[in-house]
Amino acid sequence: MAHCHGSNIKIDLPEHGRKIVLAGNPNVGKSVFFNALTGMYVDVSNYPGTTLDISYGRLGEDLVIDTPGVYGISSFNDEERIARDVILSADIVINVVDAVHLERDLFLTQQIIDTGVPVIVALNMIDDAQKQGLKVDADLLEHLLGVPVMETVAIKGKGLDQVKNNINKARSGIISHPELQKMLTKMKARVASQGEALLILEGDPIISGRHGLQPAKHREEIYLMRRERVNDLVGHVISEIKEGTDFKTKLGRWMITPVTGIPILFGMLYLMYQVIGVFVAQTVVGITEETIMVGMYEPFMQSLVSKFVDLESWLGYMLAGEFGVLTMTVTYVLGLLMPLVVGFYFFLSAFEDSGYLPRLAALTDRMLSLVGLNGRAIIPIILGFGCVTLATVVTRLLGSVRERRIAIFLLALAIPCSAQLGVIAGMLAGLGGIYLTLYVIVIFSVMAIVGTLLNRFMPGKSSDLLIDLPPLRIPRIENVIKKTVTKSFAFLKEATPLFALGAFLISVMNLTGLLAALQNFLAPITVGWLNLPKDASTAFVMGIVRRDFGAAGLTDLAMDPLSTIVALITITLFVPCIAAILVLFKERNKKEAAIMWFGSLTIAFLIGGIVNKLTGMFANETTGIWFTILVFLGTIGLTSLLTRIRNNTNVKTVSQEG
Amino acid sequence: MVLSEVKKGQTFKILSIPNEIVRAQAIRFGIAEGAIVTCDELVPAGPVILRKNKQEIAVGHGLAREILVEAIQ
Repeated sequence: MAHCHGSNIKIDLPEHGRKIVLAGNPNVGKSVFFNALTGMYVDVSNYPGTTLDISYGRLGEDLVIDTPGVYGISSFNDEERIARDVILSADIVINVVDAVHLERDLFLTQQIIDTGVPVIVALNMIDDAQKQGLKVDADLLEHLLGVPVMETVAIKGKGLDQVKNNINKARSGIISHPELQKMLTKMKARVASQGEALLILEGDPIISGRHGLQPAKHREEIYLMRRERVNDLVGHVISEIKEGTDFKTKLGRWMITPVTGIPILFGMLYLMYQVIGVFVAQTVVGITEETIMVGMYEPFMQSLVSKFVDLESWLGYMLAGEFGVLTMTVTYVLGLLMPLVVGFYFFLSAFEDSGYLPRLAALTDRMLSLVGLNGRAIIPIILGFGCVTLATVVTRLLGSVRERRIAIFLLALAIPCSAQLGVIAGMLAGLGGIYLTLYVIVIFSVMAIVGTLLNRFMPGKSSDLLIDLPPLRIPRIENVIKKTVTKSFAFLKEATPLFALGAFLISVMNLTGLLAALQNFLAPITVGWLNLPKDASTAFVMGIVRRDFGAAGLTDLAMDPLSTIVALITITLFVPCIAAILVLFKERNKKEAAIMWFGSLTIAFLIGGIVNKLTGMFANETTGIWFTILVFLGTIGLTSLLTRIRNNTNVKTVSQEG
Repeated sequence: MVLSEVKKGQTFKILSIPNEIVRAQAIRFGIAEGAIVTCDELVPAGPVILRKNKQEIAVGHGLAREILVEAIQ
């Protein structure tokens, strides 16, 4: 029963077939090997309990499995856990290493060798190493590691056949240290598998748990032995290190240092705005949502449903009515969300593949650390402007529960998703620059103040940034497209049932009069406290269905510019759409999700009201607006000052970041 | 001194790293205790960018304040 790892991936293995596993650090070119080995027939399946997919395909009788890029195998994050399980179940491992970064890459190589599995090493990007003045002695490396080493330049197709033809020559290599060999032999007597013995010795809680053993406490000892051995190997096989910085290294630094990094970031954001905000959100969605879904699909579905059920009945209403599961959900997911999610994932994949993403994390780390997050949180924040539901799911990559809570709440509260952003931008465009400034400053301030307070008062500690900055390179289009497709598909598959459930709940709320009751409840607050027309509360409630419905509901109301801004601020901060709420319930617990929901409802009306009162304090509207802007900026300063004074007494402890 | 105090271009030796998981991660990247590294870039009050040969690592400010280093001439 202890050897059931890997069995949670449902793959049929032919009787004589072997499991050939591709492993390596992130961005070393594994996928090129995978494609070259398996050809066109590739399957992708979700790894249970994660958002990650693994690809597998056939090579003759054998099965080739790809693994996520990792720096080592352990239980530090989902990627590592998957790589660990797949590698432990392998018959042969093809380890792809980046010849330029052998000090980093050979750590994983040596760890895989220590598991005892037969290995063959592809020494990839050997041309890059030469260009950078490195000479790598592959024969000596082969001799020292005790496993075959093949030089390759995967993207140019060089050496791929050689690796393919030599898979059978893979063999078990030389263990890091004789001392480790002794420890392994002893542990192997208890668990039968050398790979599992190694992981138990390295203190892996999951593998130890599978054997009913306590994790051993030798990780650091073994890691240091391995590091020493790798440094020694590198010292022997690499020569002629020529110092000097090329253009790519310089560009990489410009991306990190604020003076140049911030303009580069704005350049990227502008590009994203042009592609996603203008082209996808307007042109593409115009066709997919309006023309195809609303114009053709919905009438078709309604006439189809009407053949079986009366559309006026409650069942007909739920299936094909205003918020119908078969009408609104499908239109929303396929017509609106899909193009946007694909657009966002395309940029994210390109940033990832080019090496820009970790540099962006380094650039934004300082600002995000003020709200208890680290630079890695920039990924869900960027995605949040696409779809808050998507971003909430993606917060899984953050290092601790505390960071996830902060990020999820800030996303739910202050990040307008692309659907809503489109409507808001349209309404702001008609007003003057001063109103736009007020809107941006207020939303930004709320995010900063709430984040700072959460960071100050939430128990626990957030993790610090510790990331590898891979070399910059031009993103490979086939890689970017593959990632975009698999990630978008995985998200839509996960989110569609939630959108359907959301639509169902909204229909029920509407039929039972709950929606109207909520509207009536909010109406006095809307009129008295926010000084908005009574119908604005309808718009707010519609915002629960779809954020853009809410914002769009405001366009029809006759309001002066200031009221428009108050309404827009309130609807931006107002609770996220029903699908995002359901994800919140799924990702966090009920209590936490409820607190976040009521929290953003309260903050939305509180801030809207404050803006209304502050701007109204002066007879001259412009003075009132500037006064309000100053009050909000002053509050950010005051909050950060106050929390800093109290914080100095606490010594901050550090936790990990993978 | 601590890592957050180093200057751009300075070369130094890493003396100690707090927290065992961070240490494990650092050993994997090759910047374990005892490693000699260079500060390549510095974001004011933000991350320190370390380089060892061709390997670059970004270390957050909070963590950098807890890593002890020793300057090398």
